[in-house]
Amino acid sequence: MENGYLIQIEGLTKSFRDTPVLTGLNLDIHRGETLVIIGQSGEGKSVLLKHIIGLLKPDSGRILIDGRDIVPMSERDLNDVRKRFGFLFQGAALFDSLTVGENVSFGLTEHTRFHPDEIREKIKELLSWVGLGGVEDMKPAELSGGMRKRVGLARAIAMDPEIILYDEPTTGIDPIMGDAINDLILKLSAQLHSTSIAVTHDMASAFKIADRIAMLYDGKIIEVGTPENIRTSQNEFVQQFITGRAKGPITKN
Amino acid sequence: MNSTPELSLRNFLSDIGRSTIDGLYQLGGITILFLQTTSRLFSRLSWRVLFVKQCYQCGVLSLPVVLLTGAFTGMVLAVQSYYQFHQITMDTAIGILVGLSMTRELGPVLTAVMVAGRVGAAMAAELGTMRVTEQIDALRTLATDPVSYLIVPRFLACMVVVPILTTFAIFVGILGGYVVGVKMLHINHTFFIQNMVDYTKVSDLMSGLTKSVVFGVLVAIISCYKGFFAENGAEGVGIATTEAVVYSCISILVSDFFLSIVLF
Repeated sequence: MENGYLIQIEGLTKSFRDTPVLTGLNLDIHRGETLVIIGQSGEGKSVLLKHIIGLLKPDSGRILIDGRDIVPMSERDLNDVRKRFGFLFQGAALFDSLTVGENVSFGLTEHTRFHPDEIREKIKELLSWVGLGGVEDMKPAELSGGMRKRVGLARAIAMDPEIILYDEPTTGIDPIMGDAINDLILKLSAQLHSTSIAVTHDMASAFKIADRIAMLYDGKIIEVGTPENIRTSQNEFVQQFITGRAKGPITKN
Repeated sequence: MNSTPELSLRNFLSDIGRSTIDGLYQLGGITILFLQTTSRLFSRLSWRVLFVKQCYQCGVLSLPVVLLTGAFTGMVLAVQSYYQFHQITMDTAIGILVGLSMTRELGPVLTAVMVAGRVGAAMAAELGTMRVTEQIDALRTLATDPVSYLIVPRFLACMVVVPILTTFAIFVGILGGYVVGVKMLHINHTFFIQNMVDYTKVSDLMSGLTKSVVFGVLVAIISCYKGFFAENGAEGVGIATTEAVVYSCISILVSDFFLSIVLF
């Protein structure tokens, strides 16, 4: 777009059963960058991510993707927008009635007209890309947590998305596997030139993958900047979070 | 706790109000899901594979239990009615009773109840698990409409399969009644069959099968609704499954009453 922003979020508010989660959130995301959103558990990071892909409708506010507001869109129009997205869920959310291969190729079989042989090739390619081989015919339940995340990632990138959303990509797996996922995210943005938005409370991961970091607190973005800016931020809330102290302004009440 | 009469009356009234609102809310939700499902019945091209899979799970795998219930129901009917009809020497009317009861009432109702217990529970549990593990959200992120992908095949499968299962239940029920009546209780074979054929008309079978289509639709839509909107993790899925079976069975019996009046 003219102003260089791929996604613009303006004045987003959302409450669940009278509990406000997002309270007038503003955030702009540049084309091609990797933005990491940090914040405490339960602050609404996943909720924000689900708004960006239209899984949730805000109470008010606008979400512009390439300048088009997706909030008033019908489910049908949203599905066209969603084809530009890949989404890695926190628990991978693999379809457990399907095999790993069918999971990875889900978007391809639903939305393209590839020949089954081509799809098999594509599955192999995607799985080896995330460092897995020979698991096509297994069921997701037979895989470890880290492998499930990799399969989830393969499924998310199968349609060559412009925008990839990561919900807690390193949560729930061991640190080594977590770092392998970080490397995959870096490799992805380098090769696909996609725009990435990740939410996490894993600061090591955030500093490693981010071009910019945004901190979500009390339903708003309270600071956005490069990892260096964030590290040296004067904001006490940011400092308490990135240094992981139990005492501070966040935990005052 | 203050338990003055006014207060307990107020609590009582507010409980009634809350459950009424909740009931209407769910009824509205089920109706909306029903309309969404029917409006998407032919919107996908690739649902056929899913439909066949659901027919297998809901039909073929339910057949043994439906046959068993059907057969024993027919046999019990024969034994029970024998006690009463024998006293007034109307033994041969047992054929009529078994034939009519099985085709009009017991075949459709018992089959639907068995399907509710077996298939409805499985649907609610599967969809509920998909909901709480974000698989339904994942479908949406993959630009796939979850109602078309998950609910339409189940809905169609139930609608088609329940009448077929009912037909089997009616057949084995009558067969069971015949075996008990003619072979065990020594009722005359010719009278048994002749009376049954004379008094059980095609319209009776049609009314039974019409009922079973409605029951199939009810079980599918209620169970899918409960699973689709499950929340609060494993506990929520458990509640959704229980409620799916309970509400399906209630709706079968209540709608049976009204259908019996309409289809008389």
